[in-house]
Amino acid sequence: MTTGSFTDWAGTIADIGPIYPFVGTEFLLVLIGVAFWIAWHITQIKSESARLKEEEDHFSS
Amino acid sequence: MDDQLTALVVIFTEFYYWLTVVIMFLIHIGFCLYEVGVSRRKNHVHTLMKNTMLIPLVTITFFFFGWWIYFAFPYGPGIVGGIVESPHAEPWSQLMGAHMGAGADGWERINGVFWAAFLLFSWTAASIVSGSVIERIQSGGFWILAVAIGSVFWIIDAAWGWHAEGWMVQLLGYHDAYASGVIHGIAGGFALGILIVLGPRIGKFAADGTPRNINPRNPWLVTIGLFLIYTGFWGFYVACNIPIWDIQAGDGEFFSATNIYLGPTTLSAITFNFLMSLSGGLLAGYWVSKGDAFWTYSSGLAGVIAASAGNDLYHPIQAMIIAIIGVVVMYKLHYYVERRFKIDDAVGAVAVHGYAGFYGVVVCGFMLWGYPSSPDTSFATINPIGNFIGAVIMFGVLGLLPGYVIAKILNSLGLLRIPPAVEIAGLDTATRESWEAEAQAIEQAEAEAARGG
Repeated sequence: MTTGSFTDWAGTIADIGPIYPFVGTEFLLVLIGVAFWIAWHITQIKSESARLKEEEDHFSS
Repeated sequence: MDDQLTALVVIFTEFYYWLTVVIMFLIHIGFCLYEVGVSRRKNHVHTLMKNTMLIPLVTITFFFFGWWIYFAFPYGPGIVGGIVESPHAEPWSQLMGAHMGAGADGWERINGVFWAAFLLFSWTAASIVSGSVIERIQSGGFWILAVAIGSVFWIIDAAWGWHAEGWMVQLLGYHDAYASGVIHGIAGGFALGILIVLGPRIGKFAADGTPRNINPRNPWLVTIGLFLIYTGFWGFYVACNIPIWDIQAGDGEFFSATNIYLGPTTLSAITFNFLMSLSGGLLAGYWVSKGDAFWTYSSGLAGVIAASAGNDLYHPIQAMIIAIIGVVVMYKLHYYVERRFKIDDAVGAVAVHGYAGFYGVVVCGFMLWGYPSSPDTSFATINPIGNFIGAVIMFGVLGLLPGYVIAKILNSLGLLRIPPAVEIAGLDTATRESWEAEAQAIEQAEAEAARGG
């Protein structure tokens, strides 16, 4: 079992190419990253809007 | 890398850019100190978090699309060519990660550190905007604006005017070696576009329109912050160079540092000019502001920015004189715009970065008139009209206009300005009240425990 695309450092190292695990999943990783980024903005904006509304009511009363 | 000399050059270059990133990190510590020092006590934590969180947001978006834009858009697209294929900069490229070099054409060593050097410029562009809008902008709205300037608009301008093949360099002879317009002009313009929509802080202007000073709460933090920004600026300057390049046209070889356009310069040249323009800025700032610490320190920065476009080639005393005049211009313009248009720029960022940057690009067009803009002799030479048009594109077309439009959209969605009641109370006040209640509960519990209850 190996998560990399090689099992030893023997031979010509320059032929190895990428050395991170799960080579071939890059596009999926980008999709996950972009989805997380957009979701972060959406949840942050919702949370901030709710908090500002609450604070506005509190300080206006 | 199968010979030692190649390895030495490549790994030195890799280390060189990595080091610039570490030095530039200080800019952002400086921005945090500076903004918190300027803000009033009731807004400290909000101000700090607003600036801090632009760092991860611009970072991930610069990974997703900002880096690719730089390499894909130098020809417009549609001005002198189409989209340039840039496989090493696509976010799903295997070269956007640890790589040992098979088929990488050198990018396996340079991609990450070069990306990071540009990324730190991106943070800077967004942080410049951050300071001007403090104490009344919603964080969520600001962070969308930060991504827009940090991962889209500044990097488009870099592709156009700060790239060896950029169309502005080809057609206009645009020259802006240390980013007077490319970073500072655009960020200042973007900030001004937002400020027009955002409006001033409550109390900034009297009923008759007379501006009031909202002075920095902690001048120490502000000045230390600016000192750190100066320090980080060294990394910024060095990151704008390519450390070793064969600049000999035709036969033979001659290795030198170059600017981003592959034109020759030296680390000594930019060290002379950085320090002389910093000094010119500080001296002029002290003089014009009558010794005001906030403006004197800011003017040191503005002096460097005013001379940056041509600091690869100026004489040091020219850099100093350009900085002195630039500081007087930006200082006077700041107060004129404040009075005339009721613009509340809390840290003077539009002046220090926008006006000084615009001026710096325009002056460079005159000072370096007729110089080659590139080793490619088919490109236009540096000239005043080309640099003036370039300054308008940086400050106006890619800065002020998108800043204004995005701020308008956010405003229409209720995501730009905080409610007046919260602004008056302070953005940290509700949190502080909650902390005080929690502290009281603990004290009560301790008192009960002491009584043996």
